[in-house]
Amino acid sequence: MRYAMAVDTKKCVGCSDCVVACQTENNVPIGYCRDWVVEVTNGTYPQLEIEIRSERCNQCSNAPCVRCCPTGASHFADGGIVLVTENKCIGCGACINSCPYDARYSHPGGHVDKCTFCVHRIKKGLDPACVATCPTKCMYFGDLDDPNSPVSTVLKNRKFTTLIPEAGTDPQLYFLM
Amino acid sequence: MASRRDFIRISGLGIGGLAISASGYGIYKNLAGTPIEPSELKVDITRTPTYCEICFWKCAGWVYKNEEGKIWKVIGNNEDQHSNGRFCPRGTGGPGMYYDEDRLKTPLIRTGERGSQTFREASWDEAFDFIAERMKAIAAEYGPECFALLTHGSGGDYFGTLVKAFGSSSIAAPSYAQCRGPREVAFQTTFGEGVGSPERIDIRDTRCLVLIGSHLGENMHNGQVQEMSDAIDKGAAIITVDPRYSIAASKSKFWLPIKPATDIALLLAWIHVLIYEESYDAEYVEKYTFGFEQLKAHVRTMTPEWAYGITTIKPELIRESAREMANASPAVIIHPGRHVTWYGDDTQRLRAVAILNALLGSWGRRGGYYVPEKLTVPSWPHPEFPTPSRSWKDAFPDQYNLAYETLASGICDATVPTLSKACNFKGWIVNGTNLPKTIPDRRKLIEAIQNLELMVVIDTMPMEVTGWADVVLPECTYLERYDSIRVSPHRKPSVALRMPATEPLYDSKPAYWMAKELSKRLGLEEYFSWNSFEEMLDWQFRQIGTSLEEMKKIGVKTFDRSYDDLYFHPGQDMQFFTNTGKIELYSTDLANEGFDPIPVYTPHEEPPDGFYRLNYGRAPMHTFSRTANNPNLTDMMAENAVWINPKVAKIWGIENDQYIYLENQDGIRSTFPVKARVTERIRWDSVFMVHGFGHDNKKLSRAYGKGASDSELISRVHLDPIMGGTGMRGNFVTFKFEPAKKEVES
Repeated sequence: MRYAMAVDTKKCVGCSDCVVACQTENNVPIGYCRDWVVEVTNGTYPQLEIEIRSERCNQCSNAPCVRCCPTGASHFADGGIVLVTENKCIGCGACINSCPYDARYSHPGGHVDKCTFCVHRIKKGLDPACVATCPTKCMYFGDLDDPNSPVSTVLKNRKFTTLIPEAGTDPQLYFLM
Repeated sequence: MASRRDFIRISGLGIGGLAISASGYGIYKNLAGTPIEPSELKVDITRTPTYCEICFWKCAGWVYKNEEGKIWKVIGNNEDQHSNGRFCPRGTGGPGMYYDEDRLKTPLIRTGERGSQTFREASWDEAFDFIAERMKAIAAEYGPECFALLTHGSGGDYFGTLVKAFGSSSIAAPSYAQCRGPREVAFQTTFGEGVGSPERIDIRDTRCLVLIGSHLGENMHNGQVQEMSDAIDKGAAIITVDPRYSIAASKSKFWLPIKPATDIALLLAWIHVLIYEESYDAEYVEKYTFGFEQLKAHVRTMTPEWAYGITTIKPELIRESAREMANASPAVIIHPGRHVTWYGDDTQRLRAVAILNALLGSWGRRGGYYVPEKLTVPSWPHPEFPTPSRSWKDAFPDQYNLAYETLASGICDATVPTLSKACNFKGWIVNGTNLPKTIPDRRKLIEAIQNLELMVVIDTMPMEVTGWADVVLPECTYLERYDSIRVSPHRKPSVALRMPATEPLYDSKPAYWMAKELSKRLGLEEYFSWNSFEEMLDWQFRQIGTSLEEMKKIGVKTFDRSYDDLYFHPGQDMQFFTNTGKIELYSTDLANEGFDPIPVYTPHEEPPDGFYRLNYGRAPMHTFSRTANNPNLTDMMAENAVWINPKVAKIWGIENDQYIYLENQDGIRSTFPVKARVTERIRWDSVFMVHGFGHDNKKLSRAYGKGASDSELISRVHLDPIMGGTGMRGNFVTFKFEPAKKEVES
């Protein structure tokens, strides 16, 4: 089993619903977030392009945060999801510095926090909260080992890219172009 | 080509190592005030149905509570045609409205000057007695007709009943004359029917969607954004006309970066191309329309070359985009827009939009405009309303005869005593609408308010408008109350239930309760003869074959259509509700009223040297000014910015993210500074800002002083002579680097 997510940059409108839904679903304190939206504009008026990406932890298969964690709090769970065990985390921040995607933050509770792919939801067969709420249905989630999962299907049919592939982290967050 | 990379994080502050503390909240607490244990699994213990009140789309959903019984989240109801189970960011952020600690908490009675936000707390009885006494005095001295309701949202139903029972018919929503009114009149005069809400457009199945100044995706009209995404998936072409490179423009096959205020010229040129290239739907036009020959003659000289000089859009781009529409016909939508009160000739612009749709045969066709169906739900029985001897309309003899709804701005005008005394308003109930950020020309609004003998404001939040009230009544949020059944037109008729998920916080109450209590003091209780709101809802639901009990379980009930008539059948004979019974390309109504029966392009004033046209719009995480203090949504977007083209910024030496002031053509300077967003996404002749910011009510702890208010800069209004819409895009601003000097009181 290998969980992954794909985000369609052609459909995303950057509304930030994924961010609000994550905050409420996961009780992320106001002022923090586990996912965020990036908008990149290229060109000069009127020759312009915009790319919008809903970003979060890339759930890397070769995760520097797991490697550098001194206590084993950052670890791989079922399906390759990178999780933080809160009571093992000492809040040293090594993982925050090691993440090329800036996906982790220091939770005011004293531990480090990040996207879990809503592991509590996917255990129940639900999509992550961001995927479930997205009004443009621009996010696809599932098991890459299942060729019929929504994410496998869309990655078969569309061009895609990952962020900072040169970091060698083998990210599992894909962007459809 | 020089390339500028403009990279922003739209949302998501405090990511990475940056710990930005939560404003106004204990940082160890989440909104519900419970200790945060992110890994703890949440169990869906209870859910109650609601429909959203953060905007007018009214998506139906479910409210979930956590183990402690506190409101946790709101998610969409899968059976709902408005949301399809997916809420937009504002709806998802709904709990923030409930948890906002700045909410109105008790009834308030004014103690200081109007506008000063100085009040004392009052009991409900005291507040109601105060209101009833003044209402009776107004009725005795001036007549009940001099009482008006200005409303937006659910409470309008109950206060509407109260005001009608009291003896006045002057009930207005700013959503008409300040927003979609011109569109409704344009489509009524063309097709005999308005567009309605949600709009009857079949984006799901369209092959070509044309957006004119409508920035879908930034305005989060949920169902439409969802369907636009579906249409992108299916390969539909999007054509966007906008001086700003909107998100929709970035997803378009054709973007027409039009010079602001010239849209009618483009529309007429498109009509010219369709007619003179003979690519319109000839069979449809022949069978259903009236006035084609007049239209053809009218646009004969309105070539793309003619429009190029006006709009700056290249003739080939006008032709190619027109051909794209013709190829998609009839599965094409020239979007009717929603906020269309721009330049004062808005009904005529929307007429041109309606005519284009008619030429392309999209009205009543799959992928164009479907025929909506709405359920009729009987009202709880009550006595006949008294017939008022006069109304707001008497202040405007022989004007606005085609306006089928009351003008909020008309009531405002008729409150200023300089106008005809035929109906001079003396009392207002203002429900859920923040007038200073809604009605343009603040000076006139304030003058009107100062002439009132009673102003009651009902809201959940302290807003600018509450500062002007004599009495403020705190409404509980939509998550804490029942409301009228949602009955809206769609592909299938449906109803939705809103019920309280929890008890109201503080001493806030539902609007229906307020109206009923007031009715008792005014001797009008027979208009509210139900014992409980549940009794009334159950009775209403039973009239349509369901019950309150069933609705509590399902939230939304969708019914089959009475006929298979979502689209016209091929060759079907149709009778339209116009004077000719046809779709009127040439409008007999407009001709009878002395207006152009076919739209004409008239040039609008250009910005003076050093000034830029002020355009405004929406952001997906906010609704008007009402969400500006919502903790969840301010976390996504806390302030607005003024968009400035880099060439313009260079002239002024304005850097990205620099705070500046805006001053309009009448010397009105923004109260607060606003951040400059220097971006290639805007033309050099205009600036853009998101509406609803720059709150000056200090009781809004998060929103106060954040960004600038477009509303205060809209002091010039271009009135639509046809229906009284208040055109707001004829204002120009320049840049200032200092706040306005305080006026010295003499």
